[in-house]
Amino acid sequence: MLEILLNHYPVLIKGLTTTLVVSLSAIALGLVFGMLLAFGLTSRYRWVRWPCGLYRSFWRGTPILLQLLLVYYLLPEIGIEVAPITAAILTLTLNTTAFQSEIFRSGIAHIPTGQIEAARMAGISAWQTRRRIVMPQVFRLTLPPLTNEIITILKNSSLISVIAVTELMRVSEQIASRTFQPLETYLAAAVLYLAVNLLLARISAHLERRMTGGLATE
Amino acid sequence: MFDLALLWETRELILQGLWNTVWICFLGCLVAVSLGLVLAALRLSSPRLFGYPVACYVELCRGTPLLVLLFLLYYGGPSIGLLLDAEIAGVTGIGLYGAGYFAEIYRGGFKSIPKGQLEAARMLGISPWHALTRIQIPQMLRLIVPPGTNQLIILVKESALISIISVDDLTKNATTIVNQTFNVIEPYLAVALLYWMIIELIARGGYALEKRLANRQPRHVVRQGESAHAHG
Repeated sequence: MLEILLNHYPVLIKGLTTTLVVSLSAIALGLVFGMLLAFGLTSRYRWVRWPCGLYRSFWRGTPILLQLLLVYYLLPEIGIEVAPITAAILTLTLNTTAFQSEIFRSGIAHIPTGQIEAARMAGISAWQTRRRIVMPQVFRLTLPPLTNEIITILKNSSLISVIAVTELMRVSEQIASRTFQPLETYLAAAVLYLAVNLLLARISAHLERRMTGGLATE
Repeated sequence: MFDLALLWETRELILQGLWNTVWICFLGCLVAVSLGLVLAALRLSSPRLFGYPVACYVELCRGTPLLVLLFLLYYGGPSIGLLLDAEIAGVTGIGLYGAGYFAEIYRGGFKSIPKGQLEAARMLGISPWHALTRIQIPQMLRLIVPPGTNQLIILVKESALISIISVDDLTKNATTIVNQTFNVIEPYLAVALLYWMIIELIARGGYALEKRLANRQPRHVVRQGESAHAHG
């Protein structure tokens, strides 16, 4: 396994970089869309809540591999040609948006309504209330589940190898078929995934400790 | 637009895929649930001996993709003399992977029972065995059903990955139909609906179990914060 890591580290690092770029772009886009969807899910209007709920239901209730294949094969059907990596980022984004919206929704539910009422009373607009009062607190409250989601997406990004994106998994497959050492190669891949995920968990724990000061308490 | 006749013509492939997904998931989840219990029991019974190895195993499952584990078993296995059928590799992979998550779920359930209860039980002269079977396990069961249900749902969705190691499951057969008929929407949407049905069934089952366990609670046991309700 060490031999594989030492002999093939340039391609492995390149693969790992692609894995990180794809996953983190999806996560970053998902933060924005997930927050919007969360506001949609908690909207006052039924005609807003209902489609948002349906979207969340589909993307949380079906396997991500199936979603990837659907997006990848469907886009050319309707006349949109995209590179595999774009289809990969798009699928992961659509998927994580649904999961993140649920995380944010529960975060929003934990913010005392008194704060929002007080903001209304003070004449702060609904949008400003969301941006300045609700969102900063929601990010802090939801950091642990959000970290889990980032790790999940990083792990799930391994399956975009099936549409020939040369990320860590795909690179490992190529090395395995060249060296005839599948066991050692996939162990090396496992170690790399594990290292990145453990590092992420550490960073998140550190951030959480730093941010607990000034948190809204009920 | 949506061609139902196409689905009828390819029903055999879809049903075969459904059957394979169902039995592989069932066995895989069975392994995950039981092995997870063994791991959690080992860790709780002698933390000094098993605490660290089990914790490492849990981290391993959480930190690496199931796909890597499946590839290790199916493609890496033969180099150490482990020749598994794709289906069996699928069951093993889902089982080993899920066990790490279930070990944590059981542990969380046991840990969230207040220590005071056990101390009180000991004070009252209740034997450790009775404390376990009458006090700890009934409460733990109720606590672990919701996260356990969630985990089973995740495992069913992740089971789609076994199609990559050539198991003829729902996802693989849907792709076969797509490649044969050049119709993308019908097979994939039909299969998505089937997954959704399986998942909905598990969710309903978990919910029913949760309710039953809640009702089985003895009358005279009053949980914290529920006293007004129980006496009202």
